[in-house]
Amino acid sequence: MTDPEVIVVGAGPAGLAAATALARAGRRVLVLERETEAGGIPRHCGHYPFGMREFHRLLRGPDYAARLRDAALAAGVAIRTRTTVTALLPGGRVEVTDDNGHATLAAGAVLLATGVRETSRAARLIGGEKPGGVMPTAALQGIVYLNHQRPFARPVILGSELVAFSALLTCRHAGIRPVAMVEPGPRITARSPAIWLARLMGVPVHLRSDIAAIHGRARVESVTLTTPGGPLELAADGVIVTGGFRPDAALLRGSHLEVDTASGGPVIDAWGRLSDPAYFAAGNLLRGVETAGWCWNEGRRIARAILAALEGGLPPREGARLHLAHPALRLALPQVVAPAAGAPHDRLQIRLAAPARGRLRLMQDGRELVSAPLDSLPERRLSLPLPPAGTGDLTLTISEAP
Amino acid sequence: MSNSAPTAHESGGAPQFDVAVIGAGVVGCALARAFTLAGARVAVLEKAADVLDGASKANSAILHTGFDAPEGSLELACIREGYALYHDIRERLGLPLVRAGAMVLAWNEDEVAGLPALMAQAMANGVTDIHPLTGDEVLLLEPALSPAVRAGFRVPGEHLIDPWSAAHGYLMQALVNGATLMRQAEVLSGHRVGGLWHLETVAGPVRAGLVINAAGLWGDEVDRRLTGQSWFTIKPRKGQFVVFDKTAAALAGHILLPVPTKITKGIVVCRTAFGNLLVGPTAEEQDDRDHATVERETLQALIRRGCEILPALAGHEVTAVYAGLRPATEEKHYRIRRDLAEDYICVGGIRSTGLSGALGIAAHVLRLSGQGGAPLADPLWPVMPNISVEGPRDWQCPGHGGILCHCELVTRREVAAAMEGPMAVGSLAGLKRRTRVTMGRCQGFYCSAELARVTEGRLAQPMLEPGHD
Repeated sequence: MTDPEVIVVGAGPAGLAAATALARAGRRVLVLERETEAGGIPRHCGHYPFGMREFHRLLRGPDYAARLRDAALAAGVAIRTRTTVTALLPGGRVEVTDDNGHATLAAGAVLLATGVRETSRAARLIGGEKPGGVMPTAALQGIVYLNHQRPFARPVILGSELVAFSALLTCRHAGIRPVAMVEPGPRITARSPAIWLARLMGVPVHLRSDIAAIHGRARVESVTLTTPGGPLELAADGVIVTGGFRPDAALLRGSHLEVDTASGGPVIDAWGRLSDPAYFAAGNLLRGVETAGWCWNEGRRIARAILAALEGGLPPREGARLHLAHPALRLALPQVVAPAAGAPHDRLQIRLAAPARGRLRLMQDGRELVSAPLDSLPERRLSLPLPPAGTGDLTLTISEAP
Repeated sequence: MSNSAPTAHESGGAPQFDVAVIGAGVVGCALARAFTLAGARVAVLEKAADVLDGASKANSAILHTGFDAPEGSLELACIREGYALYHDIRERLGLPLVRAGAMVLAWNEDEVAGLPALMAQAMANGVTDIHPLTGDEVLLLEPALSPAVRAGFRVPGEHLIDPWSAAHGYLMQALVNGATLMRQAEVLSGHRVGGLWHLETVAGPVRAGLVINAAGLWGDEVDRRLTGQSWFTIKPRKGQFVVFDKTAAALAGHILLPVPTKITKGIVVCRTAFGNLLVGPTAEEQDDRDHATVERETLQALIRRGCEILPALAGHEVTAVYAGLRPATEEKHYRIRRDLAEDYICVGGIRSTGLSGALGIAAHVLRLSGQGGAPLADPLWPVMPNISVEGPRDWQCPGHGGILCHCELVTRREVAAAMEGPMAVGSLAGLKRRTRVTMGRCQGFYCSAELARVTEGRLAQPMLEPGHD
């Protein structure tokens, strides 16, 4: 393709949805994907349910990913796989490398949709040794669904977010029998039906527990749990370290673009624009973590903003900065709030770091703009309407229930 | 030059060599190189599935000047010679050198009072380009440091290197010039018959004129297996490290050293040759030589100490944690001794300066051996692939097949190359050390599946080894 008008970095649900919408609107779109195939994370989620919102039917992840890719190609999107973006430069220029070597590409707008990853075993400071057989869910799924290999037989699963149950399904598919599910919090993080899957598979769930240490030199031999009843040794041959999603923002961090230390993703305005307005972002790069359907929808909405930007129809990127003023608040976005009728982000997306009860309040100059009752666990979808705000900084806080 | 077909001639069914080096750590690799270049037929006998699997797999990756080594010691002499030799050969072997320089920092009155003696020791050790610094001068050079720093001095010659490519380069030069590497070849016993060592290894019998024990953490045990006794005891000393994200590397230009104690150099904060920021090590005595564990509380303490030194570190993510074992002995000095009657040289107790000292140790042992009649006239110089931040990387050159490990920008061509040749990888850990796959931020989230696919059937110690129900 010569001179794309829009470059999309990342061919997951958000990136492909945006690319498809932009191409259907007549724009020349180039999608850069570093993996060997387009489709993103759903590519290796070999289980249901995907696609209800997008295709009105129940699909497995790989079929869903293929449909997203086919829709993009049918709309005229150019997709370059095995192409890695190595730097983001001011004004919408990106450096890439592929088998042909190193090059710089440029476009009127660049959409970043690089997704998320799970928090690693190392970042969790899990003790013990470093044997083989310790992996995040994504690696397990790739090994099981893409490679048709079986990495272990009796692993321990750490975490109980939705993805942990995706790990359970993957285990079931491969004939792997997890010996325990371990959750540091007091409750299962995912919504309640998920726990029935663990029960159905006969996997004991240890709440208020953690993996203190992993043992074994070449292979995992056992793990030490901390539990309310004291330390517990479990024989196991693997550990699946699930969840704790964080934006894969390595490119951002090495660039001129502003990063939100709370979300770990970019600072955006209601139009999804970054501190350099040639750049937009959508999907799970904004926050860990939402469903594929949510990211797909977000991509479509940001595509509208990109179209408006290409036509010179977006207002200047200015507005009130949003600050978090309670330790239970993990992130909120957009971080730059301005009156923006018709903008893709018409509500504040909020996530908690810890369970909280009380009232969620958006304040400006000591005045409450909007509030809502709150009783939630971490990782649950929370939002507030974005009211027309003045120019002063905004503060999001929680008034705790007595 | 493969594991199964040694190039040396056979003798009674066993391959025979001039020199058998036991242990393929950094010291063993340097010894193999020195003796091969001196004209000897060398075998390297390694217990593990891959090289650098013991003490050499985990260190702080600093090329020390020896400014704080014990005055007049063999250790100092080896570090000084090793330092100079590394500078001499590194370009021809394609080995990086990150010219960071170090600062020794004092954080309280006692440490300030200790600085003059350290500077005098540096001068006495021949490291004369040191500069004393006030607290303000320190902060001018390292603005991210905590303003609590009191004073310090600069040691410009302390540098960062790639701890694995260095040793790989030494061994590779030995191999391409005729040496033999035998892995999964633990030495079980040995005895001398008619001036020749008969070694029994897990991989079969080996004969050698001279045996050099560079078995690191098992140096005393190998001593006993060969001579029936050992004149020292290994006292493993564990060091835990925390590796921060590459975004933290900009916080420290210099290698930030504390004022050392009698026991340890203390907790260092420095960049790595791969562009991360390292905090460590601890110094913990233990008996176990095989298992080096990390402990959450200790890692948390290291992170706290790192954040005291560089307050801005608090906002940065941890990329990796690791623990290594130093082969310390009951005494501080190197335990290098030649047993003339037995054609046996023990190179033991190379506790924490093996990386800096290896080339010097090898030169010293070569002299000690009296060998080296006919050095190779025109040895081959293999160029190691650059995986450090110094110099171009493979991903910048066409034909790399695309990136496999996204965090560390490791190409498919690099991974394929590591699985070929006389030093083809034997384990996933070995592949990590040669290419840095899975060593980055995501720790294998994205690339593990492809890695499992491309390494299937290619590693002596497979990446996946499905267990049984």
